[in-house]
Amino acid sequence: MIFVVVAAAIAVTMALALARAILGPSHYDRILAVNMFGTKTVLLLAVMAFMMGRPDFLDLALAYALINFIGILAVLEFFRDKAPKVERPKDV
Amino acid sequence: MFELIVQILSWVLLITGSAFVVIGGIGALRMPDLYTRMHAASVTDSLAPILIIGGLLLQAGFTLFSVKLIAILLFLLLSGPTASNALASAALLSGYRAQHSEEDKT
Amino acid sequence: MPPLPDAQPRPEPTLAMNFERTPTLARTVSLSLLLAATWLVWSGLYKPLLLALGAFSCAITIMLIRRMRFFDEETYPLHFSWRLVRFWLWLGKEIWSSSIEVARVVLHPNLPISPRTITIESPSRHNFDQVMLGNSITLTPGTLTLDVYDGKLKVHTLTDEGAKALLSGEMASKVTTLRRSS
Repeated sequence: MIFVVVAAAIAVTMALALARAILGPSHYDRILAVNMFGTKTVLLLAVMAFMMGRPDFLDLALAYALINFIGILAVLEFFRDKAPKVERPKDV
Repeated sequence: MFELIVQILSWVLLITGSAFVVIGGIGALRMPDLYTRMHAASVTDSLAPILIIGGLLLQAGFTLFSVKLIAILLFLLLSGPTASNALASAALLSGYRAQHSEEDKT
Repeated sequence: MPPLPDAQPRPEPTLAMNFERTPTLARTVSLSLLLAATWLVWSGLYKPLLLALGAFSCAITIMLIRRMRFFDEETYPLHFSWRLVRFWLWLGKEIWSSSIEVARVVLHPNLPISPRTITIESPSRHNFDQVMLGNSITLTPGTLTLDVYDGKLKVHTLTDEGAKALLSGEMASKVTTLRRSS
């Protein structure tokens, strides 16, 4: 069954992203890993809709994509306030 | 006959997409610093959805679900670069410097 | 997002602009039709209650968007044209070839990266050009837009070849032809 193979590949990448989220030295590495995890979840939901023959999962995938995007932006906004401010370079 | 060709094409797309997903995950773990990791992650954010959802579209045919799949793909392709750009910009403004192999300035 | 310096100051509303209601009306109608079609496709159920709820939410969305002055400014410059489809096909080809390149780098045992940060000129100060170019660069694996300011884009590239390809300016010229069609 092809969908099982694809779902397994996506799950492996989600595990790798989780490893990066645990290892990642800086906050931004962790945010990157969580963003990756979220987009992979969207793909996994889309594949599972076909694997299990339940098309309602596509609605979940779309909702998850929206929430993931907003969540990443919110977390970035939070960390931007915590981070030390650096002057924008004038001429590079 | 036509069905078989569509099935094979869909399988090829799905397998290629899975391969790129795993490669992107490995790259995100292997790369040395944040910005290079983002390059690896962007493989799984741009090409892999195109291939995997393209393969699913061939399986779905012309139904209501294919419209939803296209909507998911478009949203992923529009929001992915925006999120990456926000992340890179936030990291840059907080003083996260990129490692360079050469003696490039900045 | 940090407040970027405005590339284009917002034009002062003049009397002439207030009378130009026709494009705004056309945009309102087209957006309402788009929203209604989305609702119909999404639910797949056509009961009176659901249809009424859909009409209600479309009306609220349009009202909010009009209050945000979405239609009064140039935020809708992208009309569907075959040039856009051609650009997407070209971008897909670019994404494919650079993904192969990044995959080769990732799977290589020595990890042969040569990261660089380069600055390229945007073809114009027009917001649409800058956004389109920046997002296309970020969407292509191996290149990542870090910052956009003063009509310049700061780009991080994974390999030296990627930086050279970007500095040749092919993508910038493709993006410029896109806006001229509208």
